[in-house]
Amino acid sequence: MRLSLLRSPLALIFSLLLTAFLSGCDSNQGDSANATSKQPTITVYTSRNEHLVKPLFEQYTAETGVKIRYITDEAGPLIQRLKAEGEATPADMLITVDVGNLWLAASLDLFQPLQSPVLEANIPATLRDPENRWAGLSVRARTIAYATDRVEPAELSTYEALADSSWNGRLCLRTSKKVYNQSLVASMIQSLGQAKAEQVVQGWVENLATAPYSNDNAAMEAVLAGQCDVTIVNTYYYGRLKKANPAAKMALFWPNQADRGVHINVSGAGVTKYAKQPQEAQKFLEWLSSTEAQGQFAEINQEYPANPAVPASAEVRSWGDFKADALNVEAAGRLQGEAVKLMDRAGYF
Amino acid sequence: MAQTLSRYASSAAHRRGWKLWSMLVALLVLMPVSVIFLSWGSDQTEIWKHLIDTQLGRLLRNTAFLLVGVGAWTILLGVSLAWLVSICEFPGRRYLDWALMLPLAIPTYVVAFVALGLMSYSGPLQTLWRQWFGSGAWFPDIRSGTGVVFVMTTVLYPYVYMLARSAFLAQGRNLLDASRLLGVSPYRGFWRVALPMARPAIAAGTALALMEALADFGAVAIFNYDTFTTAIYKSWFGLFSLTAAAQLASLLLLFVALALYGEQRARGNVRLHQSQRRQAGDRYHLRGGKAWLASAYCSCVVLIAFLVPVAQLILWVWETAAADMNELYWRLINHTFTLGGLAAAITASLALLVAYQQKLENRHQLNTPERIATLGYALPGSVLAVGIMLAFAAVDAQIIAPLRDWLGLPPKQLLVGSLLALLLAYVIRFFSVSFGPIQSAFERIKPSYQEAAQTLGSSQWQVLRRIYIPLLTPGMFTALLLVFVDTMKEMPATLLLRPFGWDTLAVRIYEMTAEGEWERAALPALTLVIISIPPVIIMIRRSRGAEA
Repeated sequence: MRLSLLRSPLALIFSLLLTAFLSGCDSNQGDSANATSKQPTITVYTSRNEHLVKPLFEQYTAETGVKIRYITDEAGPLIQRLKAEGEATPADMLITVDVGNLWLAASLDLFQPLQSPVLEANIPATLRDPENRWAGLSVRARTIAYATDRVEPAELSTYEALADSSWNGRLCLRTSKKVYNQSLVASMIQSLGQAKAEQVVQGWVENLATAPYSNDNAAMEAVLAGQCDVTIVNTYYYGRLKKANPAAKMALFWPNQADRGVHINVSGAGVTKYAKQPQEAQKFLEWLSSTEAQGQFAEINQEYPANPAVPASAEVRSWGDFKADALNVEAAGRLQGEAVKLMDRAGYF
Repeated sequence: MAQTLSRYASSAAHRRGWKLWSMLVALLVLMPVSVIFLSWGSDQTEIWKHLIDTQLGRLLRNTAFLLVGVGAWTILLGVSLAWLVSICEFPGRRYLDWALMLPLAIPTYVVAFVALGLMSYSGPLQTLWRQWFGSGAWFPDIRSGTGVVFVMTTVLYPYVYMLARSAFLAQGRNLLDASRLLGVSPYRGFWRVALPMARPAIAAGTALALMEALADFGAVAIFNYDTFTTAIYKSWFGLFSLTAAAQLASLLLLFVALALYGEQRARGNVRLHQSQRRQAGDRYHLRGGKAWLASAYCSCVVLIAFLVPVAQLILWVWETAAADMNELYWRLINHTFTLGGLAAAITASLALLVAYQQKLENRHQLNTPERIATLGYALPGSVLAVGIMLAFAAVDAQIIAPLRDWLGLPPKQLLVGSLLALLLAYVIRFFSVSFGPIQSAFERIKPSYQEAAQTLGSSQWQVLRRIYIPLLTPGMFTALLLVFVDTMKEMPATLLLRPFGWDTLAVRIYEMTAEGEWERAALPALTLVIISIPPVIIMIRRSRGAEA
């Protein structure tokens, strides 16, 4: 029996598995060799898209010689991986999108607080964690986009006004499952209170022309095709649409200019609690916030730089200036769970 | 006499040896599954109450609609097409035979975004429709339960088609001829003879299709059609409770386990053995209108399920230009191939060993380890990936870290982020994909072959090598192909568990679709489809060779 087992194909499978395992070990040994050599390597987990961050990684490596290796995934799984890996994690930095995710990583104690005069000078306090565990790196507004051939800008005023019956059958929305909408509603809970916010969301649901779309592009396409007249989108999606189709009969409207201002959100990053290269990671984060990197970091995705010393691209500035909600973005992260439940109750799916 | 006795004894010992392998696979699957079931240790009443109050009823209704719809349509399409191409002769049959398998090469999430691009309100079809019939003209809403069933059916029917087709081919004509001699019409012959005999294969195919539909998140997310998996993701990402998500996932798993068990019970102890292989040229020749109708029906399915989506992808690649095409692409393709090949070889070998053990024991029911081993497919990809990751992270922290410490090595995780972890994820997820075809191939082999070989003095290993493996080759090929293609399409586990630098085409598609840039996802998607086609064609040719 022993002999037959040895001769069985399982010997083959085992050797395959062993090879795979050893190759894993090999690459790990390679890593430690890297770590001890002159040029350190920073390991980044990022949920910001590869094509948005890679050019900056390459530029930093060209300037400093510091290598950056990275892995991309959605924020949820990446945060869970960081948490599960604990002390053994290879990650030095987490880059992610939306304050909800940054807040979650911070509340799970995955970041270390940073003492960085550079970050404090470069990034306004409302775009940073109050305990300095993460910093925003680019800003996007979530605002109203409307069909210019069917809507007069005078008809529009605030997010809340889209709940009025005059918009019945004219509103398209993206699904409430997307974190951007959760942050928007969270900011409404913060400024209007739970009850009023829920009323507004219910009004939106009643005004929907069709079931919520799975992404901002689809919602804007529906507005262009005439299925509805207005929707709520992140500014850079509008930027992409205009770039692909400059003649599109669509414009942005900045709501709530008479009161709290337009809802803004950030993409941002923090240094992980168990970073193997904390100083290097912090230096890289500081570089990302600098005037040198900020222009490209924002422009590549048609966003607004988080560093106020750096102007937005001409294209982005052409959409007009607006008053932004001065609420610390962190609050939107904190109230996200509440916002999700509220939207569920209101039947916004 | 003494010799015979000792041979019997060694054969019994041999069986015990084989038993280890099904235990091994079961243990592998149990690792993430037990992590998921452990979630019941913590109290999540608040989230459960919220889900029940706001949406659970709707989600269950949607899920039931999806399962019934996908189940009924995949069986209807898969069996009718398999019957036509394997029993009848009509113009174009030789090409349609393999072309009908091609949709298998397209990932569900790709078909979903193509279907939306074409048929949503702003898509070209509806725009044209409105131009012809006015803006108020009714058009079926693709973003509905019916739309999701439609999309999933076009992707998933090949599972049923493929397995039913090899079952029909293996049945041989004798039984059908006998039934016709007894005065049964071809149609009744199908219902009374061929269909009942192909039932294990059809059931295995349908089970795969249903598990895929149940665990799918990509396509339903693109359609914003909420199913039970939506609740899992909502608990995790919206309500920040991975624990509640794991509890919901464990219920899903329980449901699948019960359904599979029920199917096995319902199948009972029917024994089905193949007699002789179908001879080339003994098909029913359809004539005239009937023949053209059969051609038109099969061509229509190929057109809708494969040609239209691929044409749309090509159009998008054309529009967005080949700007994204560079030397990086070869690395992506290389990684995709390597992972697919390794996963297919390991998974199919394990499935062969487990199915062989079942055959040795002459059982027709699955035993507990086998039942556990086939559960992995039903878990939504990310939940399974997280289960594996948590289990491995625990092994890294509890076993490997102290070991390294003891050896004086710096702390470093060996399992999470290793190639081994990713391959294990594929094995766990796709074991049942390869087990189904191999098991149903085994079921059609007569026990008398084994008995005859043993009477003639063959060892069990010789029986396996000289009788089972040649007879199992078509089933093995199906299994290898399915795992290979499924691995290349797999997204969530690859994203979470891949080692640094191991990006694949599916990862690239994720990068592009994450922000709704579907046109830019067309290039990696089309590449994935193109490299998945050769294995599909090779497999069909091999199974045809066996048939001739």
